[in-house]
Amino acid sequence: MLRQFGTNEFLFILTAARWTVLLSLIAFAGGAIGGLIVALSRVSSLKALSLTAGGFIQVFQGTPLLMQLFLVFFGATTLGFDTNPWIAAAVALTLNASAFLGEIWRGCIQAVPKGQWEAAGALGLHYPATMRYIILPQAFKIALPPTVGFLVQLIKATSLAAIIGFTEVTRAGQIINNATFRPFVVFGIVAAIYFILCWPLSHLSMRLERRFAAATTR
Amino acid sequence: MSTALQAQHVRDEIIIRMENVQKWYGSFHVLKDINLEVRTGERIVICGPSGSGKSTLIRCINHLEHAQEGRIVVDRIELGASSRNLDAIRREVGMVFQQFNLFPHLTVLQNCMLAPMKVRGTSKSEAEATARKYLERVRIPEQADKYPAQLSGGQQQRVAIARALCMNPKIMLFDEPTSALDPEMVKEVLDTMVNLAEEGMTMICVTHEMGFARQVADRIIFMDRGEIVEEGTPDTFFTNPRHERTRNFLGQILSH
Ligand SMILES: Nc1ncnc2c1ncn2[C@@H]1O[C@H](COP(=O)(O)OP(=O)(O)OP(=O)(O)O)[C@@H](O)[C@H]1O
Ligand SMILES: [Mg+2]
Repeated sequence: MLRQFGTNEFLFILTAARWTVLLSLIAFAGGAIGGLIVALSRVSSLKALSLTAGGFIQVFQGTPLLMQLFLVFFGATTLGFDTNPWIAAAVALTLNASAFLGEIWRGCIQAVPKGQWEAAGALGLHYPATMRYIILPQAFKIALPPTVGFLVQLIKATSLAAIIGFTEVTRAGQIINNATFRPFVVFGIVAAIYFILCWPLSHLSMRLERRFAAATTR
Repeated sequence: MSTALQAQHVRDEIIIRMENVQKWYGSFHVLKDINLEVRTGERIVICGPSGSGKSTLIRCINHLEHAQEGRIVVDRIELGASSRNLDAIRREVGMVFQQFNLFPHLTVLQNCMLAPMKVRGTSKSEAEATARKYLERVRIPEQADKYPAQLSGGQQQRVAIARALCMNPKIMLFDEPTSALDPEMVKEVLDTMVNLAEEGMTMICVTHEMGFARQVADRIIFMDRGEIVEEGTPDTFFTNPRHERTRNFLGQILSH
């Protein structure tokens, strides 16, 4: 028995989009905290810390996000935890975002000219104060466009959480499609929702980048 | 140089002492057995060809560079193992760089206030008063709320000088402070440095501004290939250089 695709079906997909947004926000917030830790560790003069952070980045950049989702999801079961797709998706995406943001931000921190460190050092500022008041504020400006760009990637990546059974917008689409078998309409709508979420951010990222390029070539 | 000939502003007390300082970058011997004594109030100009180790030498004084061998004593403090000594040395020594190295995300005033507040624990109002005082002294009080990028090179370098002075250092190091400036801005920075010298600041300046050297230096040091080749008062240095290398160098820079 095929259902008709109507308003209810549309609303089902649309309301599931809030889980996509929420998952993206959680992963981004967690990834921002994790990414800052990874980036600071990466530029640290403590070899062990820097290497550990480097290894973390390599692992998460060098394996598919889907495998990371599986490993967290099924790994948690194996270890005897309750396997909630919600938590598994949030954890896996947070770890993944930490690695990518950490690597982006490491580059931004290192893009701040060495003379800034020297001037701060000559004034007697210590490492933490130099980082906080001199380096990070400048790195932040450099980091803004690529960070917003990464957020777009992250929103799209949350669609993979559908595979472990988390009902965000993609999985909502699959459910409706199984009932109505109107794949073109259903996935067209799902894609449109992603586009509406991502396009303003892509646009913002491009604008920031242009403004940044203009500011640095002046 | 005997004490009898010493200029009045120079006191007997030795404020910087470098003994047998050696430094290598990998296998490259960049400082070769440097011995240098600087007295309180003394103004020293260091010159020499590019790559001779001038920057490296003065950066060893405030430990932006680490010398592998020898002793460096600044205001009776030797670095040793303690990071507290490093703090003490950095508090006594201000530095001005060729590329200004102002903090671009902070206003001129904030550039001057940051270190006093974060390093010395000065209150905000006191730090601001000090900052305004020194901005006045380098004659750009009206630029206090601008960002460095809005200033000319000469103005930026004067801010950098004010920023260093706000820490109330006993010694000021200058590493080619006018080399990155357009010719018309060199004078305003040199004038600021002359004022500072007249106020009795102990200064070590790496510069090729020989007019400045003649005017304020108590001693000129010529470096080549990591060595102090020759030193003397401006008079003897310019009119009667002892070494062939010094004569060649002077010939080159005084000819244009
Ligand atoms: N971090 C470094 N690693 C390796 N070599 C270096 C480093 N810094 C400087 N050197 C080398 O050490 C030598 C001395 O450098 P230094 O900057 O002290 O010279 P300088 O006299 O200040 O020259 P300039 O007039 O060009 O500023 C140069 O040959 C330079 O290439
Ligand atoms: Mg130099």
